[in-house]
Amino acid sequence: MTDQPTLDVRNLRVEFPGRHGTVTALDDVSLSVLPGEILGVVGESGAGKSMTGLAVQRLLEPPGHIAGGQVWLNGRRIDSLSEPEMEKIRGREIGAIFQDPLTSLNPLFSVGRQLVETIRLHGDLSRTAAKARAVELLAEVGIPAPADRIEHYPHQFSGGMRQRVVIALALAARPKLVIADEPTTALDVSIQAQITALLRKLCKEHGTAVMLVTHDMGVIAETADRVAVMYAGRLVEIGPVAEVVARPCHPYTRGLMGSIPTLGARVPRLAQIDGAMPRLDAIPQGCAFNPRCPLVQDRCLRERPELRPMGAGHAACWIDAAATEKAA
Amino acid sequence: MTAPAHTAPSALTVSAMTRRFDVSAPWLNRLLERKPRLYVRAVDDVSFEVPRGGCLSLVGESGCGKSTVARLVTGLHTPSEGSIRFAPGAGEKPLSVQMIFQDPYASLNPRWRVFDIIAEPLRELKLRATEPEIAARVAELLKTVGLAASDGRKFPHEFSGGQRQRISIARALASEPDFLVCDEPTSALDVSVQAQILNLMRRLQDEMGLTYLFISHDMSVVRHMSDQIAVMYLGRIVEQAPTEVLFAQPRHPYTQLLLDTIPNVTHPRRNREPQAGEVPSPLKPPPGCTFHPRCPQADSRCVAERPEMTAMPDGSRVACHRVAEMLARMA
Ligand SMILES: Nc1ncnc2c1ncn2[C@@H]1O[C@H](COP(=O)(O)OP(=O)(O)OP(=O)(O)O)[C@@H](O)[C@H]1O
Ligand SMILES: Nc1ncnc2c1ncn2[C@@H]1O[C@H](COP(=O)(O)OP(=O)(O)O)[C@@H](O)[C@H]1O
Ligand code: SF4
Ligand code: SF4
Ligand SMILES: [Mg+2]
Ligand SMILES: [Mg+2]
Repeated sequence: MTDQPTLDVRNLRVEFPGRHGTVTALDDVSLSVLPGEILGVVGESGAGKSMTGLAVQRLLEPPGHIAGGQVWLNGRRIDSLSEPEMEKIRGREIGAIFQDPLTSLNPLFSVGRQLVETIRLHGDLSRTAAKARAVELLAEVGIPAPADRIEHYPHQFSGGMRQRVVIALALAARPKLVIADEPTTALDVSIQAQITALLRKLCKEHGTAVMLVTHDMGVIAETADRVAVMYAGRLVEIGPVAEVVARPCHPYTRGLMGSIPTLGARVPRLAQIDGAMPRLDAIPQGCAFNPRCPLVQDRCLRERPELRPMGAGHAACWIDAAATEKAA
Repeated sequence: MTAPAHTAPSALTVSAMTRRFDVSAPWLNRLLERKPRLYVRAVDDVSFEVPRGGCLSLVGESGCGKSTVARLVTGLHTPSEGSIRFAPGAGEKPLSVQMIFQDPYASLNPRWRVFDIIAEPLRELKLRATEPEIAARVAELLKTVGLAASDGRKFPHEFSGGQRQRISIARALASEPDFLVCDEPTSALDVSVQAQILNLMRRLQDEMGLTYLFISHDMSVVRHMSDQIAVMYLGRIVEQAPTEVLFAQPRHPYTQLLLDTIPNVTHPRRNREPQAGEVPSPLKPPPGCTFHPRCPQADSRCVAERPEMTAMPDGSRVACHRVAEMLARMA
């Protein structure tokens, strides 16, 4: 096996037909995640982060549907599979972790029962063996006294502990890909750090590819290997996380980085991007960022920039801002 | 020009404030199951001052009592013990206070046009006499927060989260307050929108000489906004210090934990081993120092004895036995 990506998304397009016409929620999104790699996906609310994860799992809410492009998992095309075939992939080959741990857990069953069911659904284990495996999994995600805790119900766990259980559940079938959508957003910072460290450790150990969706650049900087920045349903920049954070190429990424209050030197005023991200039914012609862009040119109003190599990664912009700066 | 924080007279003085909530099971259940009455001390013996024209921030994890302090200070709750005193303002009346909430949507009446939302305090407090005067003032307020006068005709649902927070700020400013209590005003917003709102709040403070009590769980936001920071844990203030002192020399082990766990964009630490442990239930707070089950420096004294606030030479106050012992050794 060479470096075949676990997940390969090519030119993905998602549409929602509505009464006032069709809106395009994802427009030509291409990204890939290698085994053992964590790809962070950032962007502001409504940018299409969750939509990307849902489309990969084929969990789009109708009438939303994939209207173009391809999704490949471990060298197999999955966007064209039938629903029963896709059903088998979810949970077994793709594990999911959501923001609110309660949505992934059934309040009526003990966590042990839920783990045992998931393990047996996806592997050939006896009930006793599955239970032993469940205890192992709880221990692996850092739940103290796992053999006792396994009888407990979700409400008997704290928020942070519940999210650990959800991680155990997502990893139960040893999936090749984990999609984690805002897994720490509902948690306090001191717990957040514990959960991201855990996610990182487990994925490195098992060679799991992770798509980590979050609006928190700090979490991405400390957890992800590469980062994809989304804006108005499009990918505007993708590259190694340290590079994108230190030397963002796309004007939107630059604005985003500047607007984060840091713990470093105190500034009297934060950099701000004026205006707001457009609604999906009002995306401007050409580059979607053009009404807010400090570097906008005529061409940006007419022609949409494709992703192209820039800096240490790729960016979708007509101008190479870093190169322009160096020249100046 | 505002005077330096340490010499400015205080706008608000809170002394030994405690607020209990009765969270007992219903009377009949208590009788049948022989359960005692149950109280949670959401705020426990908290004292602080906010200098005029300054900004004091409260930080801490969810449930530590930040919002309860905000509601006490604005009079939405009454304290069980202790006192809250605003300094006299114009005409010897106490300084007037307004509050800005986390969720800009829930705090705006969805059936009212933005114009009427902002005009309400003007009409209620008779701050403007005639309709044309009210209209002029609403237009002025909308402009102050970066919206257009024509936005007054719209309803809250027609705005984005950041714009709604601007509307809440305009409404709060309508009654010409001296003091704003801001409870997580940007926690529901994206960072780029957060930057717009934080910049707006700083500008308004400079222009109008407002005093802020600012609440957030985000250390970097608090650092950007405040002169003084008070760190809360399970209803108590465990450390209070001037912003730069707190970040340069955090003394309470909980403050150190908080600063240590913030994900840092500019200096990411990717292979950290975060400290384990969670906030205990406020219904059964641990005895002595409530932080002792998570504290790497805890000893038997911490389990038995509640630490008092100790004032440090550089202006910070810390409630920790280790810090007090160190100070005593140095004296
Ligand atoms: N059922 C739907 N019909 C039409 N548009 C939709 C539907 N669901 C989502 N959208 C739109 O798709 C876009 C992308 O949504 P998505 O949930 O992926 O955003 P996100 O980046 O995850 O944001 P957040 O940070 O708020 O979670 C948004 O503009 C959203 O309004
Ligand atoms: N009205 C109330 N009745 C009962 N308990 C409350 C009430 N308001 C707050 N509490 C409790 O008081 C504690 C502090 O809450 P809060 O001030 O909202 O915390 P924060 O704003 O720091 O997250 C929590 O344990 C909370 O459950
Ligand atoms: S393509 Fe043009 S408008 Fe778009 S980000 Fe680049 S410079 Fe700005
Ligand atoms: S008093 Fe003891 S337990 Fe509390 S913070 Fe200080 S050292 Fe830790
Ligand atoms: Mg989302
Ligand atoms: Mg609160």
